Amino acid sequence: MVSTLIRITGDWSLAEDCTADAFEKAIARWPNDGVPDNPGAWLTTVAKNKALDKLRRAANEARKLEQIAIMNELEVDDVELTDDRLRLIFTCCHPALPLEARVALTLRTVAGLTTPEIASAFLVPEPTMAQRLVRAQKKIKNAGIPYRVPPIELLPERLGGVLAVLYLLFNAGYTAVSRVDLAEEAIRLTRVLLQLMPAESEVQGLLALELLQHSRRRARLVDGELVPLEEQDRGLWDSSLIEEGLSLVRAGGRYQTQAAIAAVHARDDGDYSGLVALYDRLGDGPVIALNRAVAIGMAHGPEAGLAAIAALPASDYYLVPAARADFLRRLGRLDEAAEQYRRALEVVKTDDERRYLERRLAEVEA
Amino acid sequence: MTRYIMFVCVDGDPDTDPAPEPDIEKWVADNDASGKRVGGDRLTEPQDATMVRLRDGKTLVTDGPFTEGKEFIVGFDLLECDSMDEAIAIAASHPMARRGRIEIRASWPLELDLS
Repeated sequence: MVSTLIRITGDWSLAEDCTADAFEKAIARWPNDGVPDNPGAWLTTVAKNKALDKLRRAANEARKLEQIAIMNELEVDDVELTDDRLRLIFTCCHPALPLEARVALTLRTVAGLTTPEIASAFLVPEPTMAQRLVRAQKKIKNAGIPYRVPPIELLPERLGGVLAVLYLLFNAGYTAVSRVDLAEEAIRLTRVLLQLMPAESEVQGLLALELLQHSRRRARLVDGELVPLEEQDRGLWDSSLIEEGLSLVRAGGRYQTQAAIAAVHARDDGDYSGLVALYDRLGDGPVIALNRAVAIGMAHGPEAGLAAIAALPASDYYLVPAARADFLRRLGRLDEAAEQYRRALEVVKTDDERRYLERRLAEVEA
Repeated sequence: MTRYIMFVCVDGDPDTDPAPEPDIEKWVADNDASGKRVGGDRLTEPQDATMVRLRDGKTLVTDGPFTEGKEFIVGFDLLECDSMDEAIAIAASHPMARRGRIEIRASWPLELDLS
C-alpha cells in the first residue's frame, strides 16, 4: 500500500504518514461499522484522500498541483499493488544509493521493519540509522532516481543489485547465528521477489541458496557452540527446506552456482567430486579461492587441501589460518595445527567462531 | 526533467578493456542533437587552475586545483534528463567513463526547496 502511494505522490514520508493514518482510522471504525468487502481498497482510498488533502494544503508549489492531477487519473487494483512492490524493491536497491542505505531502505519500506528494529539488526545507534534512511530518501528525490522497474536492457545488472542486498541481509542473519530473524526476513523478501519474477533463474538460485543454508540453522549452534558441518546432527536439519531448496537448483549464473554448491552439502552423500568445478565457475577473490581449496581437500584429502591453500596468492582473508589448522589437525600434525589455530584466533571475527577455535586449540594441545 | 552536471575526471585506474573507445565528437553531437546535452566544455589543465577563498575578509588566491595528485577534472557537461538512470547512461557512453571517471550531480536551483 505504501508503495502505491509512493508511486502516486512521489513523496515517501507523506506516503508513510497517510498509510499510518488510514490504518488508525480502520482500527477506530471497523469494530463498529464492520470490515469492508475490500479492505485493501478501503485503506488505499482513505490514504489517498488524506494525501490529496495534505497536497492541496501545500498546493502553492506547481509541482504538487501536477501530482494532484495525476492522482485523480489513477485507479487502484491488485495488479498495480504487485507492480508497485517490484518498483519499490528496485528503487530501494538503486546503485546510486550507498549499499548500507539500500539494505536499510529495503527493510524499512519493503519489509516494513521499524527504524529501531533495523538499527538493532545492524548494531548501529538509532539516530544513525534514522539519518541513513532520511539521507537515502532525500537522494532518491534530489538526484532524480526514478521510481520504476528498470527497463529490459538494465534489468540483468539491476536485478543483481537487488539479489546482492537480499543476500547481504541473509548473511547478516547467518553469520551471527542468533539473528535468525534477519535470515528469515531475507527469505521472505526473496520469496516476494520470486512471486513477482517467477521465471528468473537467479532469483530461484538465491532462494535455493538461502533455504539450503537456513536448513541447518538448528544444527550449527548447539548449546551455544558452533558445530562444523561434518559433526552436525542430521536429525536437526530441516528436510522440508532442503527439499524445496534442491527443487529450485538448476544450471545458471552466480546464485545458481552457489546454490549448487550448497546442494552438494545438503545432499550429504559423500560425493564432493563436482564441488571444485562449481567453484571454478565462481571466479576469483580470496574467499572463493579459499573455499575452493577446502573443496579440494574434501574431494582429495587433507594433504591435497593443504597444498591447495599453500598455492593461494597471499591474502588477508581471516579464515585462511583456520582452514590450514583444520587440515593439519586431520593429518595429525598437532603442533603446526596449534600454531595456525593461534594465528586464526588473532583475526577471528565473531564470538561463536572464537569459542570454536579455542576449543580446537585446546584439543590439539592436549 | 532534471538538470545534471557531469564532471569529467582523470583518475589513476583506467579501464583495461581492449574494445575501441567511443568517439567524443560523436558523443557530443548525438547528445546535443537529442537535447540531452545543453552545454559544457573541456577545461584548461589543473596547473593552470586558480583557487579562490575568502577568509576573515581577505581574498586568498592560490595557484593549482583543490585536488592533489592523479585525480582532477578535465571537463564538464550540462545535461537535461528524465531521471538519474538517463544521466547514468549518457555518462557511461562518454569515452572518459572508461579512461577516467565521471561525477554526476543534479543541479539545485535556488528556488527549489529540498528540505
